[in-house]
Amino acid sequence: MTGDKPHFDEMLLPDGSVRAPYSEFCEWYGAQDASRLRTKARDAENFFRRTGITFAVYGDEEASERLIPFDIVPRIISGREWARLSRGIEQRVRAINAFLHDIYHRQEILRAGRIPVELIAKNEAFLPQMIGMDPPGGIYTHIIGVDIVRTGPDQFYVLEDNARTPSGVSYMLENRETMLHMFPELFRKVRVREVSDYPRKLRRSLAASAPRACSGPPEIAVLTPGIHNSAYFEHSFLADQMGAELVEGHDLRVIDGRVAMRTTQGYRAIDVLYRRVDDDFLDPLTFRPDSALGVPGIMDVYRAGGITIANAPGTGISDDKAIYSYMPEIVEFYTGEKAILENVPTWRCSEADSLAYVMEHLHELVVKEVHGSGGYGMLVGPAASRKEIAAFRQKLKARPGNYIAQPTLSLSTVPIMTRQGLAPRHVDLRPFVLVSPNGIDITPGGLTRVALKKGSLVVNSSQGGGTKDSWVLDE
Amino acid sequence: MLGKTAGGLFWMQRYLERSENIARLVDAGFRIALTRSEAAEDEWASVLTTAGVRQAYAQRYEKVDGSSVINFLLRDKTNPSSVLSVIEAARNNARLVRTALTREVWEATNECWMTLKEALRTQISDNELPDVLSLIRQQSAQVRGAQSGTMMRNDIYFFAQLGTFVERADSTARFLDVKYYVLLPSLSYVGSSLDNVQWETILRSVSAYRAFRWLNPGETNPRNIAQFMILDQVMPRSLSFCASRMAGALEAIAREYGGAGESLVQASALSQELAATNIDMVVDNGLHQFIQDFIKRNNSISAQIEQEFRFYH
Repeated sequence: MTGDKPHFDEMLLPDGSVRAPYSEFCEWYGAQDASRLRTKARDAENFFRRTGITFAVYGDEEASERLIPFDIVPRIISGREWARLSRGIEQRVRAINAFLHDIYHRQEILRAGRIPVELIAKNEAFLPQMIGMDPPGGIYTHIIGVDIVRTGPDQFYVLEDNARTPSGVSYMLENRETMLHMFPELFRKVRVREVSDYPRKLRRSLAASAPRACSGPPEIAVLTPGIHNSAYFEHSFLADQMGAELVEGHDLRVIDGRVAMRTTQGYRAIDVLYRRVDDDFLDPLTFRPDSALGVPGIMDVYRAGGITIANAPGTGISDDKAIYSYMPEIVEFYTGEKAILENVPTWRCSEADSLAYVMEHLHELVVKEVHGSGGYGMLVGPAASRKEIAAFRQKLKARPGNYIAQPTLSLSTVPIMTRQGLAPRHVDLRPFVLVSPNGIDITPGGLTRVALKKGSLVVNSSQGGGTKDSWVLDE
Repeated sequence: MLGKTAGGLFWMQRYLERSENIARLVDAGFRIALTRSEAAEDEWASVLTTAGVRQAYAQRYEKVDGSSVINFLLRDKTNPSSVLSVIEAARNNARLVRTALTREVWEATNECWMTLKEALRTQISDNELPDVLSLIRQQSAQVRGAQSGTMMRNDIYFFAQLGTFVERADSTARFLDVKYYVLLPSLSYVGSSLDNVQWETILRSVSAYRAFRWLNPGETNPRNIAQFMILDQVMPRSLSFCASRMAGALEAIAREYGGAGESLVQASALSQELAATNIDMVVDNGLHQFIQDFIKRNNSISAQIEQEFRFYH
């Protein structure tokens, strides 16, 4: 992808003047010595390495633990921009939870003919086991990380809703810690809204959704697939910060209608399980029988009100990429309002007309797997070679229903520090949302991912992207 | 605390302790090789036996020579007891129990792994060996320092302590098991120069050469050394010291949990018997038998701890 296309820069206007949210930062930056900043950037990297903030790259034996590159130039959002953005996110998250409740109960939205029945009936992400089930507190998605891109001063598009097990919040927290540590004087100059109470809020939010069987203060645990999982650092980080046990499937067992963990003093019941294990692996008795990551029988306990599973099984149906294309209808159907945030126009390749269009325009589209994530298995048309496009065309022809296509948006840019000074790079934003019976809480900012290669639009860490601290100004 | 976490802490600490012990054995072996080249091969062979890797070594190498032994013990990943392997195992266990560790302890452990992985990346020459060995000592001292300075003295700490002392007791005892004949009273005479070297090696292998000199300024004889290595109450690597620390850690856990189990009964019995005996009784009843018996009882305590605190199931 080329950087030639006109795009919105969040720091500099086309005439070279600085946009208001960045004015104080630029003033400070202009007074800094470049070599000192470079030293600081190296310090930051050492800090991450020492702390073990790493992620595993699948299929990469040698460098199995890698750092996500961190850029020290913050991404800055004004208070006004954030207010609108967070209203849009809240609306969307409310709609998603209403949709999930509906789709597993009366299915009004299907009866109303707003989305096609086959889309649900034939969808792997739809779990029949959840039909008629009322999750504790009525919450389906306790934690959501909405991927948002910006294309203009007031144009924000939702790329993905990540309603299953969104990751990255530990980077949001550690990026801020690192910045505070490196540039305390900058935070005296610019008033930035706090993010550090996220773990406390997460705990409170999970505790508020405790199941009927819970007596006394809720026992919370984080379920991880184990130390070889790419997000293990985050799992242990969140458990540690919340003061919750970090458990694996083999630590758990169903005893007397409760899910209990094996402690040095016997088995102790868990009330709320923040699971970072996919639905498929959650319960070998209900889902994949070969899974060793889950707990046999947990779904029965769940249905009987013996445990809260966060997020609820079956939430994947709401962030399925085919469902995504109906989000404007979904938002309107459940909230009665027009969606505040925009949806990227999406061609569903399962539909013959769309497929024909996509086949013709592969070189200018982004094609994604319906159930894919992490930037794996996708085609970025404008950046792909003829050969890659030809190969992808075959895949598309073989399983059209497995793909959707979207236009390549001209994502906004924010500068990063390079050896030649500041240079613009494309970014996205993943704000983190907590949902509990007491309401919706959005941590100001979120995780900014940045494509480090000039002109690139792929921000995924598995594909060489980096991260930035994300500031919402307190104004 | 999760049973798995207790197990992770126990093994993290056993592996850390093992890395130090292996480094110490290499240090002592290297010293002999430098000062008495004719005894070197025997010495390296007994180092391999003490480390429990004699057979594994024989599968990889035809003959016992210093350079191969050093590299096998320090950096060979096919050797599960090499320093590099055990540091990685310690760090993996630390990741597993990350939520039970203070930030300082985790970072020291992670840094220990990063530093040693780098230092042990390539073949180690005789010139570099002393520096590498002191680096290993320094790195594990940093982990120990962070533990001592930042951990609360609750079950987390005591499971880690159990790992340290079970491993250390095993290491000292296995070393004595290999070297016991050097410590038998000689009928002919005391203090041949070969004996002196052997005794010195024993003391160096537990980093207590100077400590022994201070405690026994007069004569060095096998009886004194055996007493020191087995029964001394203040030498931190003696069998008696390790047993009393194990019993102490299990007592502390019993207090916290409000009840004692079989492991404490066994450890207290072992500790009290060692405190009540003297070296003449040990030697008269058979030094070798005594050491083998100790190793068995130490293993049994370890297995009992695993089961009692539900490390695995």
